[in-house]
Amino acid sequence: MIRFIIRRIFQLIPVLLGISMLTFGMMSLVPGDPVALMLGQHISHQTMDSVRQELGLDLPFLNRYLNYLWNALHGDFGRSYIQHQEVSQMLLDKIPVTFRLAVAASAIAITFGVLIGVLSAVRQYSFWDTFTTFFTLIGLSLPTFWLGMVLQLVFGVIFRILPISGSGGEGFHLQYYILPGFALGFASMAMYAGLTRSSMLEVLGEDYIRTARAKGLSKQVVVFKHGMKNALIPVSTHAGMDFASLMGGTILIETIFSLPGIGYMLFNAISRRDYPVVQGVTLFLALVFVVVNLLVDISYAFLNPQIRYD
Amino acid sequence: MSTNSDADKTLELYETSSLFLEIWDRLKRNKRAILGLFLVIFLILVALFANVIAPYDPVQIALKDSLKEPNLAHLMGTDVLGRDIFSRIIYGARASLIVGVVATSISLVIGVIIGAFSGYYGGWLDSLMMRITDIFSAFPFFLLAIAIMTFLGPSLLNIFFALGIVGWTNYARLIRGQVILVKESKYIEAARSIGAKDRRIILRHILPNALAPVIVYTALNIGGVILAEAGLSFLGLGVRPPAPSWGSMLAEGKDFIFNASWLVVWPGVAIFLTVLGYNLLGEGLRNALDPRLNLRRIK
Repeated sequence: MIRFIIRRIFQLIPVLLGISMLTFGMMSLVPGDPVALMLGQHISHQTMDSVRQELGLDLPFLNRYLNYLWNALHGDFGRSYIQHQEVSQMLLDKIPVTFRLAVAASAIAITFGVLIGVLSAVRQYSFWDTFTTFFTLIGLSLPTFWLGMVLQLVFGVIFRILPISGSGGEGFHLQYYILPGFALGFASMAMYAGLTRSSMLEVLGEDYIRTARAKGLSKQVVVFKHGMKNALIPVSTHAGMDFASLMGGTILIETIFSLPGIGYMLFNAISRRDYPVVQGVTLFLALVFVVVNLLVDISYAFLNPQIRYD
Repeated sequence: MSTNSDADKTLELYETSSLFLEIWDRLKRNKRAILGLFLVIFLILVALFANVIAPYDPVQIALKDSLKEPNLAHLMGTDVLGRDIFSRIIYGARASLIVGVVATSISLVIGVIIGAFSGYYGGWLDSLMMRITDIFSAFPFFLLAIAIMTFLGPSLLNIFFALGIVGWTNYARLIRGQVILVKESKYIEAARSIGAKDRRIILRHILPNALAPVIVYTALNIGGVILAEAGLSFLGLGVRPPAPSWGSMLAEGKDFIFNASWLVVWPGVAIFLTVLGYNLLGEGLRNALDPRLNLRRIK
């Protein structure tokens, strides 16, 4: 097992180098001089040159990349052009909000998605089953940010039962995460419903389910104890990657609900052309994605010994 | 000799047409797929004939008509600058369709080239290509598109590039898998034994036989790209205003949602129906191209 983990970590090295190269290379896509962008147009050439020297921008490309990599390895993701703050510090401040939002979205998606999927598999070809199939398609076709706006309109303005903006200040206030969590998790919910339905249908057709029924066990015990336990394996293996995607997909929802997380920070950075922040957030979220992927792989290997010996 | 090759051609044509007819036959029996096809064709027609259908100029400002509720003169109301929402929705279809098709084509071409070479030649080339694919897949799709667009700046051409460049990895994996599967078959061995060159084998024998999942994925991918374009335009990173795009219409309407909800409702409905159309069509094609799925369902 340890050998598998070590091999998997070593395989990550080229990917991590590639990610850092891509995020570093993005800066060169910017039309014009980054120093002029940072300081404005009306600065003397001398000042520009000294800033360029200070930031190491006068060095050759490879040296600049190695500096960038070295700094990133030490947790230094650059400095904001606008707020003149360390990007890593800004990220640390915002992570809790985005993490809570992704957890809320995952919890809503898994709970309702699995429930809908199981019910539709148990009542195959019923009205409920047809509804689930359509629900799955609708969930995958709805723009999440539009759904967020509609939820704001319905629950925040017409019924006035839930807050529609902000995170309620310091600490954790659950009610501020319900609508954004639902909007962010809706597509995942549809995906879980579809996945659970097909996995459950497959399991319910297995011999051991027939045996359980033949033994005279009640339908509930057969469905929930014997069926669901096995049907949820593919669903659970999907949950890790989905969580990482949700973390990376928070920008639109955080912007609409003015939730002060990483996504909202990214939105503000985009509108102010604060390139180091965009670069830092992209690198950070890609790292989260890769690390979660690694953890998912390790947990597969832990659950299924066949993978370890491949 | 010529008779033989003619006979081959006829046989080939016959086989191709019967295959397509068979797929079409299966597709048209699926009501949801037909609904999807209808929505997609409808969108294409709306985009093509936008100038005929739209009652107003989509960028014409008329401040005296600002924020008019839907009425007979303006079926979907007007926005804050008095522009007709219905006309903007119709012209917005153009942006969505063009981005969907062009960006997907870019992803398809890159993915097919990388996937085919990787799968066919294997070895170090395969390892290298797959590591590059891993790097691109390490970024959440939408996030990478946002990052590229921020650095490049908003324009239609840049959207093609950004969405095209972030979407090729799935094609590459799909094609690679199919190529590996197909290249071991007897008919490839036969082609090789009569001296066919690699290029001919890849283009004439392997790719056409690896195409089915690519067609399905393309329909689904266009829907995803249209959603992503709407998201980018919503963030101000997409189609440049005043050109109408459904995403930027949602962004413009977001501040008026509580007193002029029609600004937000219609662009959202348009995006939803379009993406739904592609998803239904993609799912229908998947069932039509893989009859085993239907058999399993019947069992």
